[in-house]
Amino acid sequence: MSLINKNIPLSFTFDGKSYFGFEGDTLASALIRNKVRLVGRSFKYHRPRGIMGAGSEEPNALVEIHADGVCEPNRRATTIKLFDGLSAKSQNGSPSLGFDVLAINDWLSPFLSTGFYYKTFMWPKAFWEKVYEPAIRRAAGLGKIIQKPDPDSYDKGFLHCDVLVIGGGPAGLQAALDAGRVGKRVILANDDFVLGGRLLSDPILINDKPSIEWAQNVEAELRSMDNVRILERTTVYGAYDHGIFGALETKTDEIGGSGARMVLWKIYSKASILAAGATERPIAFANNDRPGIMLASAVRTYQKRFEVDPGVNIALFSNNNNALSTLHKVLIDARENEFVIDTQGRKSLKSIRLNDGRNIKADCLAVSGGWNPNVHLTCHQRSRPVWDEKKSCFLPNINSLPKNMHVIGAANGNFTMSEVFESVRLTGKALGHKPADSPPTDSETYEVTAFWHVKGKKRAWVDYQNDVTAKDITLAHQEGFSSVEHVKRYTTLGMATDQGRTSNVIGLAILADATGQTIPETGTTIFRPPFTPVPIGAFAGPHKEQHFKPTRLTPSHKYAEESGATFVETGYWKRSQWFAKEGEQGWRDSVDREVITTRGSVGICDVSTLGKIDIQGKDAGAFLNKVYVNSFKLLKPSKCRYGLMLREDGIAMDDGTSARFSDTHYVMTTTTANAGTVFRHLEFARQCLFPEMDVHLISTTEQWAQYSVAGPNARKLLQKIVDPEHDISNEAFPYMACGQVTVCGGTRARIFRLSFSGELAYEIAVPTRYGDALIRKLMNAGEEFGVCMYGTEALGVMRIEKGHAAGNELNGQTTAGHLGLGGFVSKKKDCIGKVLSQREGLIADDALRLVGFVAVDPSDQITNGAHFINIGDDRIATNDQGYMSSVAYSPELGHYVGLGFLKSGANRKGDELWAVDFVRNHHIKVRVVSPHFVDPDGERLRG
Amino acid sequence: MIINHPLLGPRDASEFVYLGDASLMNRPNPKSETAAEDFHAYMYLRDNPPGEHRELWFHEQGDRSWLIVTRNTLTHEITKVELARSSKGLIT
Amino acid sequence: MRYNALQILRQGLTGHKGWKPAWRKADPKPEYDIIIVGGGGHGLATAHYLAKTFKHHKVAVLEKGWIGGGNVGRNTTIIRSNYMLHENEGFYEFSLKLWENQERELNYNSMVSQRGIINLYHSDPQRDAYVRRGNAMALNGADPVLLDQAALRKMCPFLNFDNARFPIKGGLMQPRGGTVRHDAVAWGYARSADQQGVDIIENCEVTGFIINDGICSGVETSRGQIKASKIGVAVAGSSSRVMSMAGMRLPMESHVLQAFVSEGLKPLIPGVITYGAGHFYVSQSDKGGLVFGGDIDGYNSYAQRGNLPVVEDVCEGGVSLMPMIGKARLLRMWGGIMDMSMDGSPIIDKTHIDGLYFNGGWCYGGFKATPASGYCFAQLIATDMPHETAKHYRMDRFSRGLMIDEKGQGAQPNLH
Repeated sequence: MSLINKNIPLSFTFDGKSYFGFEGDTLASALIRNKVRLVGRSFKYHRPRGIMGAGSEEPNALVEIHADGVCEPNRRATTIKLFDGLSAKSQNGSPSLGFDVLAINDWLSPFLSTGFYYKTFMWPKAFWEKVYEPAIRRAAGLGKIIQKPDPDSYDKGFLHCDVLVIGGGPAGLQAALDAGRVGKRVILANDDFVLGGRLLSDPILINDKPSIEWAQNVEAELRSMDNVRILERTTVYGAYDHGIFGALETKTDEIGGSGARMVLWKIYSKASILAAGATERPIAFANNDRPGIMLASAVRTYQKRFEVDPGVNIALFSNNNNALSTLHKVLIDARENEFVIDTQGRKSLKSIRLNDGRNIKADCLAVSGGWNPNVHLTCHQRSRPVWDEKKSCFLPNINSLPKNMHVIGAANGNFTMSEVFESVRLTGKALGHKPADSPPTDSETYEVTAFWHVKGKKRAWVDYQNDVTAKDITLAHQEGFSSVEHVKRYTTLGMATDQGRTSNVIGLAILADATGQTIPETGTTIFRPPFTPVPIGAFAGPHKEQHFKPTRLTPSHKYAEESGATFVETGYWKRSQWFAKEGEQGWRDSVDREVITTRGSVGICDVSTLGKIDIQGKDAGAFLNKVYVNSFKLLKPSKCRYGLMLREDGIAMDDGTSARFSDTHYVMTTTTANAGTVFRHLEFARQCLFPEMDVHLISTTEQWAQYSVAGPNARKLLQKIVDPEHDISNEAFPYMACGQVTVCGGTRARIFRLSFSGELAYEIAVPTRYGDALIRKLMNAGEEFGVCMYGTEALGVMRIEKGHAAGNELNGQTTAGHLGLGGFVSKKKDCIGKVLSQREGLIADDALRLVGFVAVDPSDQITNGAHFINIGDDRIATNDQGYMSSVAYSPELGHYVGLGFLKSGANRKGDELWAVDFVRNHHIKVRVVSPHFVDPDGERLRG
Repeated sequence: MIINHPLLGPRDASEFVYLGDASLMNRPNPKSETAAEDFHAYMYLRDNPPGEHRELWFHEQGDRSWLIVTRNTLTHEITKVELARSSKGLIT
Repeated sequence: MRYNALQILRQGLTGHKGWKPAWRKADPKPEYDIIIVGGGGHGLATAHYLAKTFKHHKVAVLEKGWIGGGNVGRNTTIIRSNYMLHENEGFYEFSLKLWENQERELNYNSMVSQRGIINLYHSDPQRDAYVRRGNAMALNGADPVLLDQAALRKMCPFLNFDNARFPIKGGLMQPRGGTVRHDAVAWGYARSADQQGVDIIENCEVTGFIINDGICSGVETSRGQIKASKIGVAVAGSSSRVMSMAGMRLPMESHVLQAFVSEGLKPLIPGVITYGAGHFYVSQSDKGGLVFGGDIDGYNSYAQRGNLPVVEDVCEGGVSLMPMIGKARLLRMWGGIMDMSMDGSPIIDKTHIDGLYFNGGWCYGGFKATPASGYCFAQLIATDMPHETAKHYRMDRFSRGLMIDEKGQGAQPNLH
């Protein structure tokens, strides 16, 4: 039964040259099919490299996939499922893979020993950034990223299951079957595109038949079960808290196709079974990195699964009996003291030299240094694997596995088929499955003799990708880097894209030899997520570009769009910033007009983004007394009051108004920015601090569309909208009144006589679904007054002209006193933040105080963020007197005005200071004035 | 992480907002003579234990409950979840 | 042994037989003048400056594991002095000046690379806040540069200028900011301290303080009692744990911060870039990996590992900011324990116990502080006088209302 469909040829290119492979091929098997040996260059010495493995452990054959003018770097050729039209390129060879000038590094290697860069490049100082580092950076790195947006889309999903089985080899298949048969919800994740694991590569019989038949039968049964889901080409990359796993499904390797290229799954499991198999390790010997030197298991995989021979003359160098099933011509058996001591052939293996002096012609050398269980996921919660001397490998530490994780098969060190099925059976029993008897298999054994390194003078590679040799490890030890973590960091062993899959244990063994300790005494580094690298784009999923964060639109958004609004991001909201009219030259023209129109007649602004919290209950007033510095308990119904709220540390948190509609009903508004924070804070106060109070809170921010109608004609305009039975005359509805009314013939509304602009003003609120209709009605009704919409810029100008603090001043660093609002703090009652607001540092005599500023020369522009320095003082930090926090051009006054925090500001009216702005190179003299620039006595808003 | 909400069952921790040590429920008496020191300790000093930790989480993307979660800061294992409102006075 | 190119040439020709250990594997003596608890970046730097600048040579550094294994060994390697509050900016500018002389100070190439750092702004208020910050930097002698969109586009054409949820309007740049090879910092200080007689004692865990009548006179360790008249503690994420042995509760919580590195790529981005509308900052190491991070997970943790929501949040920020990196692969993620203080700023101070000194609360900004932290802590221990730039980092600032709160988030460590 063939896994290669020779009836379906697929064309592809590698480094621009065209080749053919077949359906069922990986790029690696297709390259071998086409006798391509040289596929990449190593990281440091730019050594020619060929394919070494057949799976995700591959350290050498990293390529770029090109399409649509972009490229995906660092893809393992062994995990790319061949597709028609694939365009792959080699990496790290310049000008070409065959002729790479940086191969000179290989000749210079005596001087490029491990850590050499810590000891030189120090002189002259300026050369590091200018000369040395740029050269190093150019030479380093592997693949490239084109500076264009990634054209692919990625999806995300959540899955829930009783049992997650990780790995689709014999252990995983049997475990999934056992779980599925008792009705558990099972997810089987397999990183390959064919199920079967080692059964695809090794000549194993199950039930006296080729084991692949068994695998296919199991697969068929699993697919027939509704409670089992098989995720193909899905790598479980991380094990997180409470049974949550991250998994990456590759839908296709093609770039720029329609639909998601990959899906990032979050799998919530009640139990997990790790059946991730094992990875073969090589042996370190001189020049063991030449193209044609491969892992023995990879050779078998190419031979059996892909039906292609990686060489004509295949030699086998092994320290165990498992590798003997590799088809080979010559056996070099380490157990019999036969070693490879050197190899020849720069771009392709030609021959090998043995310790007995023989020189053997070979174009492929299959190497097996034994097997390492894939324990990675057991380590993701910092469990340390334990050394097994007999099997010469690290096994999962069963005492500290992630909760509800079980490990079976080769991942658990069960290297023979009978052991594999026995481990499945035991785990199945533990999980309450009813495992069937294990199917009869070959009587396999696994005998390994620890053998890691053929010592010699020449370089023997341990970490192929990062070019770490055995000598680098001993040199690190010689220099005192003997802790395994120090060796890793000093030599970069195991820090390449394969996280040391093939190198860590050999490196550790060489270090143990150097230190004279055993391997367990020497220790191990643990693996971190992800198991194999995951595209950053997959982690981001669809949350990019305009969908990075949600977008909130105000009720007047459509109307504003029609009216030429420019929008500004305010948290997730898009608010109208200004409304450009024909003939206006820039934003200032529009903003000035909006301010002048509002102050001269009437303007309308959407303030729906303000947080609105409905507060009800017998103790609603007492509750507000706790969270506001000023008193609300005695506020009369149908009245509003300004309120200032502190954090418990005494710093101002937010301000706004609260309106009382009845004895037991208040409506609070918060600033737009703090709507969520304040609600959370109030719920904390209600549930955690004062649970005895009878009070309930609901956020109604999105339930009400709210408009500010401001200006001398505001009342006249509103009277056209508010139904006539509601009297909103100055006498019946004075400043700070609030009430429930109807508008436009019966639509319920709330009306508040509040002013942020300093003009006669109202805020009118209707249920959000009427928001669009209301703004159109208001604008229609206002036509006779020349009404305009105004945006956040004009809103800002008018509040600065009035000296109101806003977000720039409520910056989390200022107290009521700093803001000039100390008088609001009730002396008669406790409130959140009151005690700590009295600390010496917050009430010091020279504390900052919010004051107003004008330029001494009125034609000067005041700039925001400038710092104040007394005239005559040096412009240094110790002389800093404060900073400018808000600036606007006042069309009413015809010059700039500023608000800022000044040391001892309350007593410095009339002082002149430098406002220094280094980053804009703009220093001007300013004068300290009252922050109330326009209508300081507030006559307009009461009119 | 998964928090087993006493009313709603298991919920992903990303639905919640974290505040900190559950001792934040024990707001000192503002009228006490030692109020200044008491509030300083309440607001700023923490046991910060390696091991079992009782802590406040707010179900912001859910029912707006404040919960007291008993969680091990070394292993992240959660052993108990309570409604803060019903535990008032029981936190030390 | 001096390190230089000639030495490398000589050793290269003679089979590297002459290289000596970078520091001795010292065993504890019964008594020292000064003990530093914690063999991380700050502890080792303290030892170096104690010996070199303040001429104390009977000094031991006690490390429970291997040196440099804490946050100096796992961070995003950024150095900068672009703070807004003078209490911080003066200190970090001092630190940056020390970084600029690091190679000569230590004869060790820790690859201080001043390729610049840019903090992006996305709105006018954010720009104005950066202007305030930039001007504070300038008043402290640092080097702020305000970039408008055009200037930024020229420098970083790969940013998402045209289709971003939060448009990029410009940035505040510090050209002298950059990155340092983090492990080399620990090794460089260790080597230098060792050469000046400091004993660096690994695998030596402090299990208690010897305190009588309010005076600390030594420590109990896993390798026996060690006496000293002055003991400085610099243990970052373990601060609460260690100081609780002296009966102290700290204004601090331990939180996990995750960091990330991609596979090696050819040079892609120039310096350090910090997103202003999401939790994401990134630089590219000399080896080619994109080194990036974001926000802390947000819950108390000593587990040195985090969870997926933050990973996704960080990558969403990254791809939104620079859409090209969607195709780069995340190679490794790891978590470190941050000593998150109550105002986001550190403490370098004496304790109420005579002879016991404390250095901690670095939040996730401790790496860039390493040289100045070491210098200032050494000065405090040696002279009992705080360094001018660190005099605000007092333990009692919370009771006195003198918080140093850059972000204005108040007493909630996970928001700093």
